[in-house]
Parts: sequence; C-alpha cells; structure tokens
Amino acid sequence: MSTHAQLLKTPLFDEHVRLGAKMVPFGGWDMPVQYAGILDEYAQTRQQASLFDISHMGEFIIQGDLMKSGLDRIVTQRLSDLPVKSCRYGGMLNVDGGVIDDLIVFRLEQDKWFIVVNGATIDKDAQQFKNQLTQDAQFDDVTFHTAKLDLQGPLSREVLKQHVPGVENLAYYTFDFFNFLGENVLISRTGYTGELGYEVYCPWDRALEYWQILMQDERVEPAGLGARDVLRLEVGYGLYGHELNEDISALESGLNRFIDFDKDFIGKAALQGQQDAGVPRKLVGLVSRSRRSPRSEQQIYTEAGEVIGVVTSGSFSPHLERGIGVGLIDQRHAVQGQAVMFGTERSRAEAEISSKIFYKNGSLKS
Amino acid sequence: MEIEEHLLYTKEHEWVNIDGDEAYVGISDYAQNSLGDITFIELPSVDDEVEQFEELASIESVKAASDIFSPMSGRILEVNEELEENPGLINKSPYEKGWVARISLSDLEEKNNLMTSEEYEKFLESAG
Repeated sequence: MSTHAQLLKTPLFDEHVRLGAKMVPFGGWDMPVQYAGILDEYAQTRQQASLFDISHMGEFIIQGDLMKSGLDRIVTQRLSDLPVKSCRYGGMLNVDGGVIDDLIVFRLEQDKWFIVVNGATIDKDAQQFKNQLTQDAQFDDVTFHTAKLDLQGPLSREVLKQHVPGVENLAYYTFDFFNFLGENVLISRTGYTGELGYEVYCPWDRALEYWQILMQDERVEPAGLGARDVLRLEVGYGLYGHELNEDISALESGLNRFIDFDKDFIGKAALQGQQDAGVPRKLVGLVSRSRRSPRSEQQIYTEAGEVIGVVTSGSFSPHLERGIGVGLIDQRHAVQGQAVMFGTERSRAEAEISSKIFYKNGSLKS
Repeated sequence: MEIEEHLLYTKEHEWVNIDGDEAYVGISDYAQNSLGDITFIELPSVDDEVEQFEELASIESVKAASDIFSPMSGRILEVNEELEENPGLINKSPYEKGWVARISLSDLEEKNNLMTSEEYEKFLESAG
C-alpha cells in the first residue's frame, strides 16, 4: 500500500473536478472514474477519441549497460535486441515467480532506459530496482516530473498529428521525442484500450496546457478509469492487483509471451519448477449468459457446485451486451466452452469459459 | 439531484408511491446517479412476498453490484419487465419509466418508517 497518508493528486485534479468528474481513490491516488458516464466514454473511445489522465503511473529512468546495470535480470522481457525508440511489455518478478509489477521498458538510448510502472506500486517497484541494480546503474524516479496523457481511439492519430507532425509515422510499440508546446516530449504508440492510441509523457507542471490543447479538438472527450477498465477487460489486458499480483505466478497470469526464458531473470528458477511440475491455475475468460456480470472476488463454481476458482475482474461488456470477466481457476477446469457458475453462496449465475479476448476488431494496429 | 415531492423514501434511496393499498417502488435519482450506468436488474417474481427493508431486486451498474430493498411489505403485483432489456431506463427516468415493481401493501402503518421528500432532502444534505 501507499505510504502516503492522504491521496495523491495528479496535476489535473482541479481540471477533473471542474469537468464534473466523479473522483475515487485508486491505488493511493484521487482519480476520475467517470465524466459523462462509463458507457458514453467507452463508446467515444471505441468510435472516436478519448483523453485519459494517467499521470498516477510511475516513471523511472535507468542509465547503464543492460547487463552490467543488472536491469536485464530484473525484468522478464527480452531487452538485448530491443531497438532504440522501441518499447516492450513485461514483468518484474519475485523469487517465487509472483509478479511485483507489470511494466513497459522503453529504450531511450543504447544505455538509457525509461520504465513505466503502475501507480499503486511505485514505492515497492523503486525499492526493487534500487535493491537489484548494480553500482553501474543510475536510477531516477521521475514520477512527479512526468504527467501522462493517453489519447486513445480510432481518430487519435488524426487529432494528434495536427499538434505533433510526424507522430503519424510511429509504429505500434515504438516512440520518439517530438516538439510539442515547445518541449521535447516523449510520445509512444501504446495504450490500454485495444484501440489505436498514443501516450504523451509531458512535463508535470505543464500538464494542464497539454490536456487543454488536446481537449480543444471537438472529436476528443475526457474518459475516466471506469471506461478504461471496461476497455482493457474487453481486449484481455491484465490489471495489476487483479490478474497480476505477487501470489499469482507469471505463468498462471499467462505472461508467457512476455518472458524470455533464454536469459537469466529473478523468478526464473521458480517458473521453470512450475513448468516441470505443472502450472496449477490459469486465467480464463468468462462470458455470462446474461447481462449479469461477474465481479472481482466472487467464486467460480462447476455446475455441480464445486469451487474451482475466483473472479479477478468483471464488468458489463458493451460490445457483447453481456457480463464478462476473468477468473483464476484450477488448470483442470480451464476448458473453453465449459459451463460454469459465478457468484456467491447465496446467488449464482451461469457463464461459459472463453478466451480472455472479448473484443477483436479494435483499431489498435490500424 | 431531483427529488419527487409526493413520494416517500428510504435511507437506502428507494422511493415508494402509495395509491390506496398498492404502491409503485423504485430507486431515487440520487441512487441512479451514484450507481452510474445501470446494466442489469434481477426483478422479483409476481406473487413473491417481500418484507419492508428486505431485498427486493438486485441491480448492477458497469462498475458494481448492489441490492434494492423494498420500502414496504407486501405481495408483488407486477414488475417492470422493460427493465430487463433496457435497465438504463432507471438512469433516464428513475421516478417514472424506471419503476421497479408494483406491490400490494400488507401494512400501511409501515409508511411511518419512511422519509418525506423534505426529510429525504435533508438526509441527502447531511450525508453529502
């Protein structure tokens, strides 16, 4: 948990309140959960473009050689072949193979790295880096200098290129520095919605100017964490603290694609042991047979009533017009198409085990 | 926040519109606004008996699941089946098109346990 007694505020807090956002605590931060309403913001993002304040996420800069700094063994993804101006998603594990955090590593220069971590885990992530990096590394936490605005949606390229010529040339999971409002601003083609989108890392104390210039475009509306959660869930992205945590192994979380077993990394031995013995649990998708939605921490049952797992996230899916969710279940029951129940001892509803990807037609790679 | 004058309210933000020994029940504008976009409702069955302040229906918004409690005791005469396909009616029209159930009241005295619109307004102010 956060060591701060009070909720942290992003530089846009007053602007969110002015726009009529509903503010809620999220990972120690006071964040906008919605403005016009989650369903409207969801549709706006899938069809046009939305602006999200994601300044609560943490940013670190590490300078040093990949191997000598120790960075390579702290994270799971392969970085040795990552080109400068590209970024890659992966995890940072504990020795048991549980996930301390999921993160994106950007290669700024051959020996300079920009790491983006979750807002709720900044302190423990910084601690892990400080403990594990060698004396050949320089570590800086730049969270409170770096605001992060996510512009997401099929029209985001058209909107952003009006302010930032050249941004339209960015390929998926690449980034560059652009002159934007007189500053050298890192912009990456990344996101958490399943749509075409960009993440703008701008100076903390000028965040409002960037927010307002992007909001001036009539195709852009603000969106909150509520819509973001529905958008990410429909495309199968995990949320730290739900699908990912220190008690769920990276293999159980299905991070396999983002783990390089050809290199040494913290947690590797535990994961190999688990591979040999069999991974006990698996994250699966759940599609409700009705509009009733699975909810985080509800139980998952067989039709006969045996408990086989727990819901890690759930929501109504505007795309499917049904409840959807993700559950961590006993590997033996992880069969797509299998009928299951979700709910509580008192009240249960029917669902089917499915892929975690509920929405496939996004503009992500357009 | 809109508060209809002629209704009685509970602390859980349900309303009841009493007409003789029958009543319509639903949730207040404050309740629908707090819940956000409503995506699902599980209605009671006609002829079910409900008790005052006991569960009447379950309701879900995009973000959360919660219960609707019955403002008064009685027997369910009718439910608003339109809500099953279009639960967002509760957001759009909480006091009219978004009604939840019509109840045959078993104890009119129970209305003394409810708040008038003025009392509910004060209750919201003190809670807010």
